[in-house]
Amino acid sequence: MANMISRSVEGVVGWFNERTPGLIPAYKKHMSEYYAPKNFNIWYYFGSLAMLVLVNQIVTGIFLTMHYKPSAAEAFASVEYIMRDVEWGWLIRYMHSTGASLFFVVVYLHMFRGLIYGSYQKPRELVWVLGVVIFLVLMAEAFMGYVLPWGQMSYWGAQVIINLFGAIPVVGVELTEWIRGDYLVADATLNRFFALHVIALPLVLLLLVVLHLGALHEVGSNNPEGVDIKKVKDKETGIPKDGIPFHPYYTVKDLFGAGFFLIIFAFIVFFAPAMGGWFLEWDNFIAADPMVTPAHIKPVWYFTPFYAMLRAIPDKLFGVMVMGGAVMILFLLPWLDRCKVKSIRYRPMLHKVLVALFCVAFVILGWLGAQSGSDAQKLVAQVLTAFYFLFFITMPFWSAMGQTKAVPERVPSHD
Amino acid sequence: MTKLRLIALLLALVPAIGLAAGAGPKLETSGTDLSDKASLQRGAGLFMNYCAGCHALSMHRYSRIASDLGLSPELVEQNLMPAHAKIGENINTGINTGDGNAWFGKAAPDLSLIARAKLGGPDYVYSYIKGFYIDESRPLGWNNTVFPGASMPNVLWDLQGIQRPVYDQGADGQSHITRLELSSPGRLSPEEFDRVARDISAFLQYVAEPAALKRESVGVWVLLFLAFFTFIAYLLKLEYWRDVH
Repeated sequence: MANMISRSVEGVVGWFNERTPGLIPAYKKHMSEYYAPKNFNIWYYFGSLAMLVLVNQIVTGIFLTMHYKPSAAEAFASVEYIMRDVEWGWLIRYMHSTGASLFFVVVYLHMFRGLIYGSYQKPRELVWVLGVVIFLVLMAEAFMGYVLPWGQMSYWGAQVIINLFGAIPVVGVELTEWIRGDYLVADATLNRFFALHVIALPLVLLLLVVLHLGALHEVGSNNPEGVDIKKVKDKETGIPKDGIPFHPYYTVKDLFGAGFFLIIFAFIVFFAPAMGGWFLEWDNFIAADPMVTPAHIKPVWYFTPFYAMLRAIPDKLFGVMVMGGAVMILFLLPWLDRCKVKSIRYRPMLHKVLVALFCVAFVILGWLGAQSGSDAQKLVAQVLTAFYFLFFITMPFWSAMGQTKAVPERVPSHD
Repeated sequence: MTKLRLIALLLALVPAIGLAAGAGPKLETSGTDLSDKASLQRGAGLFMNYCAGCHALSMHRYSRIASDLGLSPELVEQNLMPAHAKIGENINTGINTGDGNAWFGKAAPDLSLIARAKLGGPDYVYSYIKGFYIDESRPLGWNNTVFPGASMPNVLWDLQGIQRPVYDQGADGQSHITRLELSSPGRLSPEEFDRVARDISAFLQYVAEPAALKRESVGVWVLLFLAFFTFIAYLLKLEYWRDVH
């Protein structure tokens, strides 16, 4: 009996294998024979978690679109309809809104991992560059999604962000009208943002994720030690001695990581869905009103570091350039870092201190971006913005300084 | 050691966060409890009698109040609904916006989401209800400490009594209201009126998010399942990783 089943499974697999360019080879290349370093630590969960959240956003998003009305007259009430009259609609909506925030938590941590372990260094420059493109598209996706509930913060946030394009010389004003489809944020804007949020950008995101993974699997994963595991291969099999197949080792490990993450996720969804106004903002429970400007317009927490940089600069065009530049400069990271070693573990103290200060600066900027913007806060934001850019601009110099420790040939073993 | 030094460095930078901005009006703690059905039922009764004449709850249905607060549809129809309304309808008000604007300067807002729209949520509602005082300079003779310049008169004055402000000279030379004083008592004692304000706040907290009644109890089961799942996944990971050193 078992023999019969295995023979028929083999038959089906064989049938497909003869008719496809390589399902089985693809499975082997990316899963069962993708050899990842055996020493991934906690920082290496966030890639698979980002994929998990992406799936969550797509699935819950599909259900939301079944009930949401993308029209200025109906959008706000349709979200409340989902929250009240749709069976389990509140759960779907909270999963989507919590997922949006946690997407950024996970992606920021994933990027930080790349930063401290030098995962962007040769030969993984393209993996990093594609990752930054994903980050950019994700920001656009989140911004447009945030407009859809059509609350006060949706409306005025969109007004502020779209008006930033107005700072561009000559074409600026026409460009903002073209983006909005109207002279101010209105029904036409909401409609096109819905289309972009639900179809265009998710398709782009999915494609980019495939490219990001494809590029990674071509060159292989980095690890906390920054050891190149492909240097030491088994002579007979050609398999890296410090590598283990992604499946089953990292699939079971990531399953555990997913479980742990989902506990945090579920805790927020069920016990603190608004997160005290950080995930769902107070003002966004008031329907959009073009006649009433909120006292204090601010973006959701994940944009606040960049928003703080924008506000820190008195000149509008220069401010917009600084804000855009803060993301764009990330593209250059692989070529700014001139250190001989990858991982922070083998770098001199100077590097560790600068990376730590960079993180602190980024977090404080995030906090400042959510505040009203007093003069003292503005001054702090200016200093930290300057530090943010100096960290990157002077990197070619400081990253070549100091005494690095010797990186071992092999990944250290544990019992 | 290196890590400790880094953490110490990070902690040394925390004071930079201390440059905080001032918050809004000081709110009293409402002490609402969504698991207290009786409180929500009393709140529904009070809202329909004192508030619903002007304030709509247009996102919410009468039938939801019946099923969520454990009331029979008949009871809701007889006691909580105006004569023309149907049980499945949303809770609207008889005053149209134009009349509201003409009579009060600004039509009474829809309160479906008020407990989620204001910083402090139910505490805001509670403090607002308790914050009315006599102010002859206002068109209707009333003002409010939580929302200065509010167009609304104190519709609960009969229950609460009439409050007058007590001023104090601030450091900046301007006088501020330090507290409100009951100048003539109402039908209820201050403690009884606190309960009225708390019941209405709890009811509006429920209306702002009906899911809040059950999401926590569902959440406990979800978390228990996930804890079990994660534990099993951990054992599985250990088992698979036994040969990795």
